[in-house]
Amino acid sequence: MPARAPARRAAEAVVHRATILFFIAFAVFPFYWMVVTSFKQNADLYVGATNTAHNPFIFNLPPTLDHLRLLFGQTLYLTWLRNTLFVGLVVVAATLVLAVPAGYSLARLTGRWGERLSIGIFLTYLVPSTLLFIPFSRLVSLLGLQNSLWALVLIYPTFTVPFCTWLLMGFFKSLPKEIEESAMVDGCSRAGAIWRMVLPLSVPGLLTVVIFALTLVIQEFVYSLTFISSVERMTVSVGVPVALVRGDVYYWGSLMAACLVTSVPISILYNFFLDRFIAGFTVGAIK
Amino acid sequence: MSAVVAVPSVRSGVTIRRADRRLGVLMLAPAVVYITLLVALPFLLALFLSLTNSSAGSLDFSFVGLRNFRSVVANPLFQRSLRNTFVFTFVSQLAVIVMGNVLARALMKTFRGKAIARFLILMPWAAPISLATLGWLWIFDSTFSVINWVLKVAGWLGPRDWYYWLGDTTLAMVAIITIHVWRMLPFSTIILLAGLTSIPNEVREAAAIDGAGTLSRIFRVELPMMRPILTVAVLFGVVFTFTDMSVVYLLTRGGPFNSTHVLASLAFQEGVLGGDVGRGASVAIFLVPVLLVLAIVMLRSARTAEVV
Repeated sequence: MPARAPARRAAEAVVHRATILFFIAFAVFPFYWMVVTSFKQNADLYVGATNTAHNPFIFNLPPTLDHLRLLFGQTLYLTWLRNTLFVGLVVVAATLVLAVPAGYSLARLTGRWGERLSIGIFLTYLVPSTLLFIPFSRLVSLLGLQNSLWALVLIYPTFTVPFCTWLLMGFFKSLPKEIEESAMVDGCSRAGAIWRMVLPLSVPGLLTVVIFALTLVIQEFVYSLTFISSVERMTVSVGVPVALVRGDVYYWGSLMAACLVTSVPISILYNFFLDRFIAGFTVGAIK
Repeated sequence: MSAVVAVPSVRSGVTIRRADRRLGVLMLAPAVVYITLLVALPFLLALFLSLTNSSAGSLDFSFVGLRNFRSVVANPLFQRSLRNTFVFTFVSQLAVIVMGNVLARALMKTFRGKAIARFLILMPWAAPISLATLGWLWIFDSTFSVINWVLKVAGWLGPRDWYYWLGDTTLAMVAIITIHVWRMLPFSTIILLAGLTSIPNEVREAAAIDGAGTLSRIFRVELPMMRPILTVAVLFGVVFTFTDMSVVYLLTRGGPFNSTHVLASLAFQEGVLGGDVGRGASVAIFLVPVLLVLAIVMLRSARTAEVV
C-alpha cells in the first residue's frame, strides 16, 4: 500500500490536469476560432475542410488586419456599438432608480410581507422574453415605438429590475443596521441616513448591478430582433448576426472579428463580478 | 467566494416603525408598479391574445376561444417543436449536471493558474449568446467545418464521407445541444462549486473515518448535502434552455425542413414573422406550465431554506 501511494497520487494529478485542460479547450475553442478567423487572409481562410494537407488551426499565410478594417470602416458596427451603449446606459440608470430604493425597502423597511413580495419579484425574472415579446409587440405599436431604441429602453428593465432588486436586497441586508441607526440618533432622517451613510458604503453593490444590467443589455437578442427593423438602429447582438451577412455571402473574417471584439471585454468585466451574481442566484440554497 | 448572503431574519418586521413603513412602501412602489405594468399585465395579455385572432397588421381582433390552440396542437410542426424543446432541455441539462460536477470537483483543488483556468472556463456564459452562436455557425459550416477537417485527418471520415452539420436533422440537433451545453456548463459549474465549497471539511473527514470510499462519500454524503444547490443549478439551467430561441433561430432557423424548431422559435416565426399574433401567443403559452412547475419547486426550496 505505501509503495503504491505516490504512483497513485501522480496518476490523480495527471487526470486532474487532463480534466481541466479538456474543459478549457471546450470552453475556449470557439473564441480561439474567432481569433484565427479574424486575422487570416481569405486565401488561407476559405480552403475547405476536404484539404487535409492544409492545417486550419494555424496561420499558413501571414495574418492580416483586412477583416478588422472592413468591420470598422465599411460596416455599421460602430453605430451598433453606439446604439447598444445608449440603450445600456439609459437602462442602467432606470434600473438603479427603480431597484435601489426597492432593494433597500425590502431589506429594511417592509418586514414579513416584503419577504413574500421579494420572492414574487424574483419569480418575475423567470418570465421569459420569448413569452413576452408577443404582448410587447402590441404595446410597442400602441405607443408608436416600432423600430425605435426607446422601445428597448422601455422593455429591458423588465429583466434587469427584478434580478437587480434581488441582488441589492441581499447586499443591503449584509450591511449592519447600526449604520443608519447611529446616523438617525445624530439627527438624520431615514432618507438622509440612506443618502449619506448607506449609499456610499454600497458602491460595490451598485457597481455589481451596473455591470450586470449592462451585460444583460448587451447580450439581449430576442426583443431587439423583434422591435428594431432598420439596420442603422440595431444593437450589436442583432446587427452582427442579421445585418453583417450580405445576402447569402458571409464575411466570416469580419463577422468573427465583431464577435470577438464584443465578447471579450464583456467576459473580462463579468468575471470580476461573478461571485456576486452567483450569490444572487443561490440565496437561501447555501447556508 | 462570497457565496453566502445574509439569510434574512423574518422577525425584523416587528420593530419597523410606522414612518419607516410608509417610506418603505414609497420606495418600493415604483419598482412594483413597473413590474406590474410591464411583466404581470403583458403576461396576462399573452394569455388573452392566444384566445383572439389578432394579427400584426391591425389592432382589431375578435375573440375566437380555443380555436388557436386546437389548430396549433393539431399541427405536426408544433408537436415536433414541443418534443424538441423537451429533448434539447433534458439532454443538455443532464450533460451539464454530470460535466458540471466533474469540473466543479476539479476546480475545488488548488493548482497553478487556477484563476486563469476559471476565467477561461467561464467565457461562454458571459459572451452574448447571439454572437457565440455565430461563432459556432462558422465551426459547423457546411464547406469549411473545422470539425470535419479533424475527423478527416483522424480517419473517421473517409474520402467520400462528409458531415453536413446543419443540413442533417440528427446532426443539427447534436449541434444545438452542444451549444446549450457549452453555454450553460460554466453557470452550473460555478453554482455547484459554491455548493461544494460550503460543505465543511469535517464532514469529509468524518466520512473517511467511517470507512467511506471516495465514490460512496460523493454519492451518499456530498450529493445529498448539495441537493438545494443542485436544485438551483438545474432550475436555472432548465429555465434558460427551455425558453431560449436565439440558438435555434441563428443556427438553423428551425431547419432543415423545420425539424429543429423549439416552442420559442416557432412562436417567433408564427407571431412575429408570420404576423399571426394569436397563434404565436398560443404557441408560447405552452412554455407556461413548465415554468409554473419550476417556480413552485423554487418557492418550496426557498421555504425549506428559510426554515433551516
